[in-house]
Amino acid sequence: MITLYDYELSGNCYKLRLLMSILGIDHKTVPVDFYPGREHKSEWFLKLNPLGQLPVIDDDGLVLRDAQAILVYLASKYDPSGTWYPRENPALLGEISQWLAFADGITGTASAARLHDALFYDFDIDAARAGAHRLFRILDEHLWFVEQEGRQWICSAPQPTIADIACFPYIMLSEEGGISRQDYPAIRRWCDRVKRIKGFIVMSGVFPAGPARAAA
Amino acid sequence: MATHCVDRELLNDWHIVADRESLSQDKPFPTRLLGVDLIVRERAGSFEVIRDDTGVALKSAERYGFIWTCLGTPRRDIVFIPEANEADRHLVSGGSIAVKVSGLRAVENFLDMGHFPFVHTGWLGEEPHTEVAPYNVEITAEDEVLATECKFYQPIASPTAREGFVVDYIYKVIRPYTVALYKSNPIQKHRLDVITLFVQPVDEENCIAHPYLCYLKDGMEAATVRSFMQLIFAQDKPILENQVPKRLPLDPRAETPIRADAVSVSYRRWLRDRAVTYGAIPAQV
Repeated sequence: MITLYDYELSGNCYKLRLLMSILGIDHKTVPVDFYPGREHKSEWFLKLNPLGQLPVIDDDGLVLRDAQAILVYLASKYDPSGTWYPRENPALLGEISQWLAFADGITGTASAARLHDALFYDFDIDAARAGAHRLFRILDEHLWFVEQEGRQWICSAPQPTIADIACFPYIMLSEEGGISRQDYPAIRRWCDRVKRIKGFIVMSGVFPAGPARAAA
Repeated sequence: MATHCVDRELLNDWHIVADRESLSQDKPFPTRLLGVDLIVRERAGSFEVIRDDTGVALKSAERYGFIWTCLGTPRRDIVFIPEANEADRHLVSGGSIAVKVSGLRAVENFLDMGHFPFVHTGWLGEEPHTEVAPYNVEITAEDEVLATECKFYQPIASPTAREGFVVDYIYKVIRPYTVALYKSNPIQKHRLDVITLFVQPVDEENCIAHPYLCYLKDGMEAATVRSFMQLIFAQDKPILENQVPKRLPLDPRAETPIRADAVSVSYRRWLRDRAVTYGAIPAQV
């Protein structure tokens, strides 16, 4: 069985819980006292991940770190539909990788701003917020064109992919870092679509979608 | 926003300004209290609190694992928590978290059971169990706001709860920015777990919540208690940060209470009577 080394308030841990819920993957979690205990820098945890970062999974002895890498692994191994990470479609895999890297950029900006504002991390808050707005603007424009083409998800596929899961958490938590989503209507519509994926779960700070609009 | 505090009750009282464990020896920790910028720094094995504007060292103390300070002359001691002397309890910080709202709003939210099914869905409440049964509110001889006989159905009331049950609560507002919650322990049912929320008024529209947990150790790890506290508090945080206005209105006509808000009504009146205005929108006379 998969063990997830987990911290409730981490958006990067949440994206794994979210995908595992959607795919119905049975797992157990080991809570790591990230704050204020800094257990991710403790000796026992550094043996698991020398980078001292969450999340980490252990799947029957296979230890993996890095949220995006773990999404790739989980979808490749446990998604029978093959739509979350379509291994047979090189163009789509390229697109997904591109947006997984983009998700890392969101972590480096929007998540950093949240850590600064709520947990007193000593980051350059103006740079973090400006960086997040730059990425949100790019994603919002991208999603606007996606909608114009009659699609719903970040990559050119009829179903959501792990790119959607990777980008979602720290966008959804951005206001805790003082980053409003008011100017990004296409992002807001996409967030609501993610929240309506079957198997969607919340984390603290993320609320479920309102009742769906009745069919006209 | 960094307006000056004129409330003597607050200026002459102790407030937490840092969690001792998160401080480092070589790096001063900047914070703010009642609109005044402060530096907490190590000096000869203990910590001192310096006003950033004048460089003057303030009265400071270390208790319950936190660094405390007083901007004026303390008129009374730091809040006494009897449970902190009981050896069979975990005594830990739940983790200090900054919230962009008046600390008085944070205290009031802590007192509110009505939001449990909607904000803490599946944990501290769930539909259709939304009714807040009548409870008692009184002002104690020690001049605290005390709410008793509070009962609420909770699906997962604590980290060790295995099924939903009706949980008994007692709430006590001890000082304007300090509130405690007493909750029946799921194993030793005659004893109470205690969470004291010390709120640091950063300025009128920002605060830092410093939860101090006194949980019976029986069947419970300290890290589990802490993680449960953060799970719950992080659900409240976005709700608190979206409250408008950010300060707490003390005029009885400003917001419309219902019966479930009895303790909040008493709290607001108690703040008015004590002339607490910092973090509040004072009542129009």
